[in-house]
Amino acid sequence: MTDNLDNAIPTPACGGEDPGQIKDHFDLFHTDTYQDLFEYKRQFEGAHSRETVEEIAEWTKGWEYREKNFSREALTINPAKACQPLGALFVAAGFEDTLPYSHGSQGCVAYFRTHLTRNYKEPFQAVSSSMTEDAAVFGGLSNLKAGLENSYTLYKPKMIALCTTCMAEVIGDDLGAFITTSKNEGHIPEDLPVPYAHTPSFVGSHITGYDNMLRGILKTLTKDEKAETTNGKFNFNLGFDPYIGNIRELKRILSLFGVDYTILSDNSDTFDSPNTGEFKMYNGLTTLADTADSINAEGTVFFQKYTTPKTQEYVAKDWGQKTYNFRPFGIKGTDEFLMALSAITGKPIPLELQQERGRAVDALTDSQAWIHGKKVAMYGDPDHVLGLIQFLLEMGAEPTHIVVTNTNEDFEAEARELLTSSPYGQGGTVWGGKDLWHLRSLMFTEPVDLLIGNSYGKYLWRDTGTPLVRIGYPIFDRHHMHRYATFGYQGAINQFNWIVNTILDELDRKTIVPAKTDISFDLIR
Amino acid sequence: MTTVEDRKALIDEVLEAYPDKAKKLRAKHISVQEAEKADCGVKSNKKSVPGVMTTRGCAYAGAKGVVWGPVKDMIHISHGPVGCGYYSWSGRRNYYIGTTGVDTFGTMQFTSDFQERDIVFGGDKKLAKLIDELEDLFPLNQGTTIESECPVGLIGDDIEAVARAKAKETGKPVIPVRCEGFRGVSQSLGHHIANDTVRDWVLPKADDYRKLPEGFEPGPYDVNIIGDYNIGGDAWPSRLLLEEIGLRVISQFSGDGTFNEVVMTPLAKLNLIHCYRSMNYICRFMEEKYGIGWLEYNFFGPTQIAKSLRKIAAQFDETIQAKAEEVIAKYQPRMDAIAAKYRARLEGKKVMMMVGGLRPRHVVPAFTDLGMDVIGTGYEFGHGDDYKRTAEYVNEGTVIYDDISGYEFEEFAKELKPDLIAAGIKEKYVFQKMALPFRQMHSWDYSGPYHGYDGFEVFARDMDLAINNPTWGLIQAPWEQ
Repeated sequence: MTDNLDNAIPTPACGGEDPGQIKDHFDLFHTDTYQDLFEYKRQFEGAHSRETVEEIAEWTKGWEYREKNFSREALTINPAKACQPLGALFVAAGFEDTLPYSHGSQGCVAYFRTHLTRNYKEPFQAVSSSMTEDAAVFGGLSNLKAGLENSYTLYKPKMIALCTTCMAEVIGDDLGAFITTSKNEGHIPEDLPVPYAHTPSFVGSHITGYDNMLRGILKTLTKDEKAETTNGKFNFNLGFDPYIGNIRELKRILSLFGVDYTILSDNSDTFDSPNTGEFKMYNGLTTLADTADSINAEGTVFFQKYTTPKTQEYVAKDWGQKTYNFRPFGIKGTDEFLMALSAITGKPIPLELQQERGRAVDALTDSQAWIHGKKVAMYGDPDHVLGLIQFLLEMGAEPTHIVVTNTNEDFEAEARELLTSSPYGQGGTVWGGKDLWHLRSLMFTEPVDLLIGNSYGKYLWRDTGTPLVRIGYPIFDRHHMHRYATFGYQGAINQFNWIVNTILDELDRKTIVPAKTDISFDLIR
Repeated sequence: MTTVEDRKALIDEVLEAYPDKAKKLRAKHISVQEAEKADCGVKSNKKSVPGVMTTRGCAYAGAKGVVWGPVKDMIHISHGPVGCGYYSWSGRRNYYIGTTGVDTFGTMQFTSDFQERDIVFGGDKKLAKLIDELEDLFPLNQGTTIESECPVGLIGDDIEAVARAKAKETGKPVIPVRCEGFRGVSQSLGHHIANDTVRDWVLPKADDYRKLPEGFEPGPYDVNIIGDYNIGGDAWPSRLLLEEIGLRVISQFSGDGTFNEVVMTPLAKLNLIHCYRSMNYICRFMEEKYGIGWLEYNFFGPTQIAKSLRKIAAQFDETIQAKAEEVIAKYQPRMDAIAAKYRARLEGKKVMMMVGGLRPRHVVPAFTDLGMDVIGTGYEFGHGDDYKRTAEYVNEGTVIYDDISGYEFEEFAKELKPDLIAAGIKEKYVFQKMALPFRQMHSWDYSGPYHGYDGFEVFARDMDLAINNPTWGLIQAPWEQ
């Protein structure tokens, strides 16, 4: 036990003769050999003195730095947003046998595939036009014709969902005309649906791309499909929601209700397919037939208002359909959704869900004391953040710094209204258009108890020592989070579990040093 | 049929699925190694076929993600829209020592986040202002590089002019890197472009910028490590070995490197290059301009490490040569024990690879040290000289594929039934769904280091844990057996 007195990282007894003892980067570089090597290397680095680094590090934590940081106008540092095509490919992959296709330089699609793969630990298949300098000069038509023909022949999709990159947008490629030409020249069959969306990175963010592509797909597939009567079904769309557990939870709730539904972009299997020993290229679950028929539904329910504005407008205007927006996160959010669903469909709220509600409330009540009054910083997409604020308020936590890079005025107004509606939200401030380096200043000058966000938040966790609950996209450094629901009563329990147990973990860490801090190293909490 | 004929037939069969034109193009890039083929018989560094799933990246990825990105005390600006900087943020595990956000910036994303108005009016003014803001917020930065994204080149911004003006004002290097993603056919051109910016923008000014260590005197054993990006700490065990044999490493360009190390490179006696593909250009330039020789080495697996150490030592005097022998002898028993332990588990296992840079050839002997057999290999973005260098590493009958598409890779794997596939993240889960053990060879699957003697131990362990993972036996349900 005495070895632990300083709470130093113990050096495992590795190396030597035993080939069973292998040190990887976690241990190897902490050994004296490597520590000496790093020290020796410093002489060539032209580095600043340790005192200077320490002094500047302290300066970055203060108010003066915060003001400087918030006065920048041209520079963005660690933004909490990605670009349009990521969202476009994400939504496209939820449809049956659909090949997501990015028209432009191939580097973009390599990045999109990598990013999605790293979050889900699942294959993500998408192609590009592989445009190079000649396309920059002459346009991308010949690349697109060849690209469509090759990908159709090789990968046999039922639909190719086409989005653009910056390059294609800046050179002004006309996708609609290009697709028609490709069909007329016989590169792909006339009847192959090729919905498209303009998705330059210099407009909006990944959620804008989601909206553009979803609308493109619906427009293409529902053309001439309007029937005299409705099909009695309801459409549901989750938006750019990284939790495939949410789609499955929604389907379970709808089955319990006995509601007939179509999920617009069901990518739950795309991002969580079974390992059977065979690789299946397409796993999108929304069939093209159901999508075509979605124009005849009774109504369409959206769970991400700020992710899908254009699609909602299109569904309301062009389809003449009633649209709904719900945010079934936490208890109240789920209550509102279930009551509305019951009212809309005329079906009672299933007993099983009522019991679940009771269990969720019970769990919240049991643990709320650990959360009450805790100040929370958070960042993410507008809809995602609103769901979190709502849930935190009903648990008695205090949302404090709310950073949304891909913001808009409507969202900010709604977020402020939500905050002022609760005594726990009075200290909350919404920072639209800001990034994670702004958040760093906020967290140093006005510290909080907890940070909620994606994996990029781990740098803020390191710098400020604020415990991080990973909720959002992407989560690269914790496994399997996407399988859980954050939606409905089950989702409330899951999120609550992550939050309260992070706080308890932190308490254990703070009380761990024997004879120094371990006075309240309690077994029972 | 011989293996060679067999595999040629397989290639023909796989290519049948393509439309004619694409088939013709792809056929030039796939071959089977035969004794007389000194270049592996494949064409390379050509445009990818549109619509066919390539794993290649772009020039930006090569310049920012590979060469400049790991220079830790500079700020690398992703100039243009938000995406490129976002996706390349912290993705490559170039380990470094430093205080991030204060004197080092490796795991941060700096971008000009272009909006529509920047496309219409140009981004030069924004760039100039952005550099002022950087100086204000990060006073300890040792310079800036500007990595231009696709729109910057297309709208005709003059980032060179901004760079010149700002360098003058700040007294620090500001380096414009014209690495728009549409340039060239892969990330490979980005490496070349980045090397050229060192040649044109850094080395001519090196004497102004250089902060020589106090008392620094050039020595007879000064060398540079070039093109080791310190993935999972790779460059450190390599440096350790070079220092153990008596050399003095004055620059790690660019893994855990600093700008000062970059400008010190011409002071060395010899450039030691690990990733030939990405940084041979600057080595050639330094040879021409300063008369500094360069030597390619391979620190994967004990056989090649010993060979490389001897080759490096041969460039110096007997003291160094004797020390090299001592070092080899010191590590050999441990390496023998490791090989003995893992051979028992890995002997005879077949491997297929597809990676970038140097690995499709350099890793082959490390597998051989474990008794494993590489039956297929190829580069994402190799050139003719890479394939020439590959011939000495591979056996007759090895399938060689350049810029292999997702479809081809899957088909070859189905037929050749390797025991392990070693490629990148985009391929990993495709093959794992096929119940094929897999290791990422770009990021070491978040493990590492793999270079040097210390790295080989980790490599051996990792191949074992991939292949002998008991969950492979769970994939088929018992009622289906």
